[in-house]
Amino acid sequence: MPWPFDRGYMQLALYAGVVVGAVAPMIGTFLVQKRLSLMGDGIGHVALAGVAAGLLAGVWPIWTALVIAVLAALGIQMMQRRGVAGDLALALVFYAGIAAAAVIAQLARSLDASFIGYLFGSVFTVAPSEVWLIAGLGVVIVVAIAVTGPALFAIVVDEESARVAGLPVDRLNALLAILVALTIVVAMRVVGVLLVAALMVLPVGASQVLARSFRATILGASAVGVGSVVVGLTLARAQGDLQPGGTIVLVAAAAFVIATLLSRRPRAVIGASPVDQHLPVEHHH
Amino acid sequence: MTDALLAARHLSFTYGNGLVLTDVSFEVHAGEFVALVGPNGSGKSTLLRVLLGTLQATEGEAELLGQHPAQAQQRWRVGYVPQRARMQPDLPATVREVVGAGRLPRRGWWRRGGARDRTAVNEAIASVGLTDMAARRVRELSGGQQQRVLIAKALAGEPDVLILDEPVAGVDAESQRQFREVLVRAVRDHGAAVLLVSHELSAVADELDRVIVLKGRVMFDGTPAELRERGVSLGVHPDDLPFWLEALR
Repeated sequence: MPWPFDRGYMQLALYAGVVVGAVAPMIGTFLVQKRLSLMGDGIGHVALAGVAAGLLAGVWPIWTALVIAVLAALGIQMMQRRGVAGDLALALVFYAGIAAAAVIAQLARSLDASFIGYLFGSVFTVAPSEVWLIAGLGVVIVVAIAVTGPALFAIVVDEESARVAGLPVDRLNALLAILVALTIVVAMRVVGVLLVAALMVLPVGASQVLARSFRATILGASAVGVGSVVVGLTLARAQGDLQPGGTIVLVAAAAFVIATLLSRRPRAVIGASPVDQHLPVEHHH
Repeated sequence: MTDALLAARHLSFTYGNGLVLTDVSFEVHAGEFVALVGPNGSGKSTLLRVLLGTLQATEGEAELLGQHPAQAQQRWRVGYVPQRARMQPDLPATVREVVGAGRLPRRGWWRRGGARDRTAVNEAIASVGLTDMAARRVRELSGGQQQRVLIAKALAGEPDVLILDEPVAGVDAESQRQFREVLVRAVRDHGAAVLLVSHELSAVADELDRVIVLKGRVMFDGTPAELRERGVSLGVHPDDLPFWLEALR
């Protein structure tokens, strides 16, 4: 491969990064439209507690993070169904997760470089076995979205009428939460739990202002995600030892800003466009 | 159980200490176009939720498609446009994608759409007069056009029962005309049962088979002509409702 991917560690970083860059914004498109942009953050912090638990128990931390993240995702869903406000449920998971991570990591005496690696990602040290796991989970996520995407879209458009028409709304929402958890675990080694939510959301923000359809939004967000990873890795390599998780997310943020400027859509038109909303309705008394 | 597609039998609903619905009974059959009217707080939305199975009646029973609403099978036979249904202002989806979402329950959400599904979606879009805009993003449409998209979405599943909760509040005259024609076709050509909850019935007054007036209980259930005989006009302004309800006592 040509520079900057001429070294083995850069190629492994590219493979892992491309999977994450493609998959995270796919899930993120549904979260953004459901106004759950911060869900990735909440579950990410719980996943960190899972990493700490893995280090304490001497198990591969990715597995423990996966189990704990899925349980937290389902817990958020259950709380919302019981009437707890979405942001409050997220806050509980977010803070409980980071507190548990601090306590368990202290117990495991593992507040060291490997733990920090999960916070900000350390894609330059990713092992071939991890790349295979990331690719496998990536395929699972893409297949799940291909099958359930239309139904998840129907819920995004109008959850109430989807429920009335018999779509299994609660089960599909739970599945989406599980996919978020899977995505976080997949992305943990690449951008770290602190930045994973950014890679789920920022490419979507860039894509949705320019895309002509929902399908194009998902594909465009994936393309922006992959592009951010490639450019971000290149920047990190070019500048010596820059943090790749940081450069990837900064590129995605720049894409968001540029796309918003390019769209040139006047803010006042968003949403309340309807001219006819203010036309008087004729009444017969 | 009867052949009514929608039914309430001596239905009461209590919320906290207040009785929201008292002994409400009526039926809606295939091919009937029925309006449900009443002032704010008269229990219309509660009644719809009980009929749709998202709320449980305190007393009496409701039927949807001849079944208990919460356990009703073949729910894709129900098309529903919720009150103040608004799409997210930044939804990056086309008219065709949104209307297609309404076809999903009928075709099975895990299946791929076939030619029959595409035809049904195109017909639903045409029926609300938006064929030229099918590829446009819904956020580029006016409020009236967006409401027509949501009605087309409910029609895309070719429902046997169509329930609309205040679907045309404040929309333009063209959208109101399209709306009337769509509902009339659903009833006359497809034999659907339509239950329309609205303050504003002037656009459809000539087409209605029955009007049910609700104010906690059923104040009136009869034809528009019978209602007019009692001195009540159907083009009523919501503010006038309390006055003409007095006439029904």
